[in-house]
Amino acid sequence: MNYQELGLKAGIEIHQQLDTAEKLFCRCPTLLRDTAERTGEFSRYLRATESELGEIDRAAEEEMKLVRKFTYYTYDSVCLVEHDEEPPTPMNPEALEVCLTIAKMLGMTPAEQVHTMRKLVIDGSNTSGFQRTALVGLSGALPDGCLIETICLEEEAAQRVEGETFSLDRLGIPLVEITTAPCMRTPEAVQEVAGYIGMVLRSTGRVKRGLGTIRQDINVSIAGGARVEIKGVQELDLIAEVVRREVQRQVALLAIRDELRERGARVDQTVVDVTALFSGTKSSILKKAKSILAVRLCGFAGLVGREIQPGRRLGSEMSDYAKKCGVGGIFHTDELPAYGITAEEVARLREFVGAAEEDCVAIVAAGRERAGCAAEQVMIRAEMALAGVPEETRKMLDEGSSAYMRPLPGAARMYPETDVFPVVIDEPLWESITVPELLTHRAERFVSEFGLDEDLARQVAFSERLPTFEAAVAAGVRPTIAARTLLATCRELARDGVAVDRVSEDEILALLSAVEADRAAKEAIPDLLTELARTAGEGAGTPQERVDAVIAKMAPAVSQADVESIVRRVVAEREAFARERGMGALGPLMGVVMQELRGSVDGKVVSETLRRELGRLLS
Amino acid sequence: MRYANGGTALTGTYIAERDGMAVIKLDNGYNIGTSPQKIELVGRAAPQPPAGAGVVVQNPDLPELSIISTGGTIASRVDYRTGAVTSQFSASDILRAIPELGDIARYRDRQVASILSENMSPAIWQDLARAVYDEIRHGASGVIVTHGTDTMGYSAAAVRFMLKTPVPVVFVGSQRSADRPSSDNAMNTLCSAAVAAGDLGEVAVVMHATTNDDRCAIHRATRVRKMHTSRRDAFQSVGSAPLGYVDYPSLAVSLSDEAVRRGTGEPELRDALEERCALLQYYPGMPLSVLDAFEGYAGLVLSGTGLGHVSTDWIPRLRDMIEGGTAVVMTSQCLHGRVCDRVYNTGRDLLSIGVIEGEDMLPEVALVKLMWVLGNESDPEEARALMQTDLAGEIQRRSIA
Repeated sequence: MNYQELGLKAGIEIHQQLDTAEKLFCRCPTLLRDTAERTGEFSRYLRATESELGEIDRAAEEEMKLVRKFTYYTYDSVCLVEHDEEPPTPMNPEALEVCLTIAKMLGMTPAEQVHTMRKLVIDGSNTSGFQRTALVGLSGALPDGCLIETICLEEEAAQRVEGETFSLDRLGIPLVEITTAPCMRTPEAVQEVAGYIGMVLRSTGRVKRGLGTIRQDINVSIAGGARVEIKGVQELDLIAEVVRREVQRQVALLAIRDELRERGARVDQTVVDVTALFSGTKSSILKKAKSILAVRLCGFAGLVGREIQPGRRLGSEMSDYAKKCGVGGIFHTDELPAYGITAEEVARLREFVGAAEEDCVAIVAAGRERAGCAAEQVMIRAEMALAGVPEETRKMLDEGSSAYMRPLPGAARMYPETDVFPVVIDEPLWESITVPELLTHRAERFVSEFGLDEDLARQVAFSERLPTFEAAVAAGVRPTIAARTLLATCRELARDGVAVDRVSEDEILALLSAVEADRAAKEAIPDLLTELARTAGEGAGTPQERVDAVIAKMAPAVSQADVESIVRRVVAEREAFARERGMGALGPLMGVVMQELRGSVDGKVVSETLRRELGRLLS
Repeated sequence: MRYANGGTALTGTYIAERDGMAVIKLDNGYNIGTSPQKIELVGRAAPQPPAGAGVVVQNPDLPELSIISTGGTIASRVDYRTGAVTSQFSASDILRAIPELGDIARYRDRQVASILSENMSPAIWQDLARAVYDEIRHGASGVIVTHGTDTMGYSAAAVRFMLKTPVPVVFVGSQRSADRPSSDNAMNTLCSAAVAAGDLGEVAVVMHATTNDDRCAIHRATRVRKMHTSRRDAFQSVGSAPLGYVDYPSLAVSLSDEAVRRGTGEPELRDALEERCALLQYYPGMPLSVLDAFEGYAGLVLSGTGLGHVSTDWIPRLRDMIEGGTAVVMTSQCLHGRVCDRVYNTGRDLLSIGVIEGEDMLPEVALVKLMWVLGNESDPEEARALMQTDLAGEIQRRSIA
């Protein structure tokens, strides 16, 4: 596709959890829990409040179509604030400082006075029914000149366990939201910008790492299309694909619109009760439904079933809208007969609603009220197809396609959080914010200063282990050993099933220092780490004591005299082999000696001793 | 407004001045504070269209309830521009906010006050009791009083002493602000309406029973106390079980055998109160001079330690006060349990100078009762006897908890 010609405009919103000690508006730890650790649960209903204009925000109203009961899991690491049973504390100053640091790194201007707002979210993910959010900075720029519009500090929502059940451990963790202008013109550019901002965020060393700690929302529109926000893209590598598929969807929807207009298509405004037609049906869904309603979409035949994105059809969009009424989905004649509905039933249905060949008929099956609501939603979405691409908030599906979530929220859904006082960002505070070195710069420095190769330097700089690496180097450990141990060795051991994550950073530091002090050979590192992992949690002892114990057990100190006597014995036992191979025996014999020494001695020392001994024998 | 800061200029709406900063709502919905010199006027916002009005049609076949508002919020509107939350008092506005109310009853509305409940006073309790009485006399099948939660217990008790009612008089409030989608206001109000339309025949407080939106408890006005600053289930019956529960969302009401039933007695109002009464919580080392402030008072309720004590140093001074005509009633800051001044010497000394044992009355309820008793009974011995007699469920003959 020629994205330039299509007029692609894309922007992103990046949500990144901050690694602060406490949550944004209470003093709970920012700790994620296993749902099995929950200490209780409670349930609530949410209800949107009428605004001054007698309006309910359209996104909030959409969520209100169903009166839903939400259940929340609670933990001993959660307090009454997350329960919405206590007013919030003042804004966490640590979180504000991290947010200001990021703002400064992105060249933004801070708000002079930060006001916390309540943003209505009544999908259950916030116990209060709103998310607290504050605009902290404005107008930053990316290296390519793309504008960063805003940075906001907000509280993370509770995560959905399943259905209408949420877990409160995540609720309230500080989150920065960075919003770019719609300044990207290709799918790849969006992914690059997301990667760059992610790097900036990690450069602070104060953001959470791991799956789910960073999420991207992507805004996409094409000329003649509409702004669509796709929420919750967690994998960086999928971003370009998400944009490509959304462009594809908008192009397809515009083509469908043109074809519908050409055909003079329209939506029949009467909903027809067709329950009786299916009294003897074999379709299990239709059989158990109290009410089956049909909507005639005149001139839509073939288009409802047309693919608009891999795995998605116009019918899927209608189905998403209908699901807001609590139905499982819809059937339409473009995909029938199927699902236990026979050709004969379809013919009867068409005849009953007076559908011509170019018409499509959609049916919904549910209880009376839900079916009525769903039929209306199908009509609404069909009308939208005549207009083109609706503005929507969508959620990403696996592989990069997306499904409808709710209309785009208006600015109307925000009003002040009166329980939190505004915070002034004055000159002294802003000046006191120090900007950390970018990880890309750090990687370059590791190459020039430490002589690491570029790949390893980059890996270290971007790794979560960076602080340990820097501590090790500061303690005098050779950078290459530190880097290889922290990245390559640990990864290889983990791959072999060793629980290296149970070895503390302090233990690794003590181990590396011991190697550097020649108390153990670097060849022994994997064995020592394995033993540390195996015995983790057993007995007490400082990291240093644990490392000493493991070295004593796995790789006791061996003197040069011991090395020489072992080498002499090994060579003597294999004299014939040595004489036959000459210096070529060095390699195989090296293996035998190292095996005996179990890595207690540096390989270089062993190889020199062995070479000397072989030379003596052969001379 | 045009807001210029850093590189870009943004537009927004001016809201207010705060701490020398101009608060503006940017077009993206966020408010920020800025120095006034960074903004300039570019135009005036179109005036807000009037708030959605219109009368909600009510079902004439349902019983009529009266909603009396005092300032507590059961329905509100939010101005998303300024953040101002406006309380709604008219029956139509309340019905628009909580439409399910229309399935329970018809409503008429009456406003007695529009104040924060910490600003309540005995004079407003009297206005309230008169208004409730008036509504009952005019045929209300039940009365709902919306009230700020801080002092709702005092008001409910005050109305209970002043008024005999054959229909339910239900006090209701909300602990979590009405603008939030999670507010307890709607559920509490629906439950209070179910009680007001039901079988109860006394004054009660209806509020969340637990942190869940699953049921409300019906508390006797003279046994209820706000026991938490912020939780939904802050109101608890102290020393007794609630009068019943309302399940939500079914709104099924269940009443205990203790609850007085609808139709018991005739409406009767005795609204005199003696306002020169006070409640004093004693603490170790409290200076005797504190009592100077209550010189000439008709009544003083002490919230004493444990079984009902104050320092022995206080005894001569209290004797003088009592001899001077102040009724002194002892309650306990333990809140739970009964006062007994016959166990320790200090208690026996207090009794000997004429301190009245407040039995298991809550200190605040004892204060309200003392105001009412002294307002209606001038004979000190009669007043003393009344203070120790259960008039409105405030004293239980047996301690069950």
